[in-house]
Amino acid sequence: MSPTEDAALLEVRGLRKAFGGHEVLKDIDLTVRRGSVLALIGPSGSGKTTVLRCLNGLETPDGGTVAVGGGLSVDFGAKVSRKELAALRDRSAMVFQHYNLFPHMTVLQNVIEGPVQVQKRPRAEVIAEAEQLLARVGLEGRSGSYPFELSGGQQQRVGIVRALALKPQLLLFDEPTSALDPELVGDVLTVIKELADEAWTMVIVTHELAFARQVADEVIFMDGGVVVERGHPDTVLRDPAEERTRQFVHRLLNPF
Amino acid sequence: MDNKWDLVWSSLWPIVQGGLTGTVPLALASFVIGLVIALAVALMRLNRNRVLSAVGRFYVSVIRGTPLLVQLFVIFFGLPSVGIQLDPWPSAIIAFSLNVGGYAAEIIRAAILSVPKGQWEAAHTIGMSGSQTLRRIVLPQAARVSVPPLSNTFISLVKDTSLASLILVTELFRQAQQVAAFSQEFMVLYVEAAVVYWVFCTILSAGQSALEKRLDRYVAH
Ligand SMILES: Nc1ncnc2c1ncn2[C@@H]1O[C@H](COP(=O)(O)OP(=O)(O)O)[C@@H](O)[C@H]1O
Ligand SMILES: [Mg+2]
Repeated sequence: MSPTEDAALLEVRGLRKAFGGHEVLKDIDLTVRRGSVLALIGPSGSGKTTVLRCLNGLETPDGGTVAVGGGLSVDFGAKVSRKELAALRDRSAMVFQHYNLFPHMTVLQNVIEGPVQVQKRPRAEVIAEAEQLLARVGLEGRSGSYPFELSGGQQQRVGIVRALALKPQLLLFDEPTSALDPELVGDVLTVIKELADEAWTMVIVTHELAFARQVADEVIFMDGGVVVERGHPDTVLRDPAEERTRQFVHRLLNPF
Repeated sequence: MDNKWDLVWSSLWPIVQGGLTGTVPLALASFVIGLVIALAVALMRLNRNRVLSAVGRFYVSVIRGTPLLVQLFVIFFGLPSVGIQLDPWPSAIIAFSLNVGGYAAEIIRAAILSVPKGQWEAAHTIGMSGSQTLRRIVLPQAARVSVPPLSNTFISLVKDTSLASLILVTELFRQAQQVAAFSQEFMVLYVEAAVVYWVFCTILSAGQSALEKRLDRYVAH
């Protein structure tokens, strides 16, 4: 084994998932090293969201193994216990396309809910950390606001802070800027880029190719539930080997 | 004519008193117990377990498919023949609670279903259990949606408690009936009872609006 493989934080082998006979993921392999960023790209319906949902326990795969961090490897070919699923879920945190903030809670309550109610960490400590994180993403002074009082970009930054507050090993982003007005995309991408610079391990589903080139260590192009091509961002996004990748990238860069 | 106004004034306090010591506590107790039943039945209906969900559905169907007056009579006049003898008050509270339980269950079920799936998922990803999600994320949001229909249920209940006069519970309408029987002034007394009910319900509607305003504070206007 090479040293880089030793340092894998996420290792997915042979991941399969079908919905009522429709095979959405067919034998997906992924390796993400600790502190690196994987960008998942591909046309709508190719299975990107389902990959993230399988990693976070929102879907139970039909087969394959998922290993996150040290010591936890879940084999979905066998019977999987609730405990294993919970352990898998707790190692990652998800940022949703539509933020999914809790509308009846303030910004601060949204952020501390998991650490206080689930992780049972001391409230005062969690609040202090939350305020710091909020300030870092440019939301100081907004802890008492309700989500509806914030712009989409601000809501998504709260979504990111809510994920960070859980101190996960792995951050999962599902098209974090797709629901935003164009002028609000930049702020959110800047925050994610800073996280990459701080060596957070992340899997990001995105259509922002320029952003993917900047932050990703590896890009995977998926289509029809399989990995079509993977490699360094400069290769996959500028000089892909596969015709399908080439067409997809071309279409995203030249929509008309 | 003077006599009639005298009668109105002299009977007003007994009627209002019947409302305050009969109608209001009867409605409040039945509503609170009914909501507990309703939440349980709503959760049964939403349960993946087919038997539980069928039992819940059957309960709602029976309550909604039979007259409240018949339910009340079954409990007060029917149960004694199988050896269960209940006083008027407990009979009334049981009948009205079961009735509210059936109607409010559907309201609560619909309110729970109206909370977007993304809320359950977000709660799941921050590590919450199902019951934690229900308690802290879903029910608070469902509560907001269900306040207007539940308030209507409560106002209907306040009026429906007049049926308890038929099993001799001393409440607003029975007080009016007794004065009417004694004075033979049916029109005066029954219109008076109607006016007192109307005042009670108007006050409740105002309370409903205030509650809705309060619960709306986290929603864009
Ligand atoms: N819960 C589900 N039930 C049935 N089909 C689903 C479900 N979730 C996703 N799918 C299907 O799986 C395929 C992949 O979906 P998804 O992972 O969301 O793709 P992407 O995120 O790449 O657009 C799509 O055809 C979608 O319709
Ligand atoms: Mg998707």
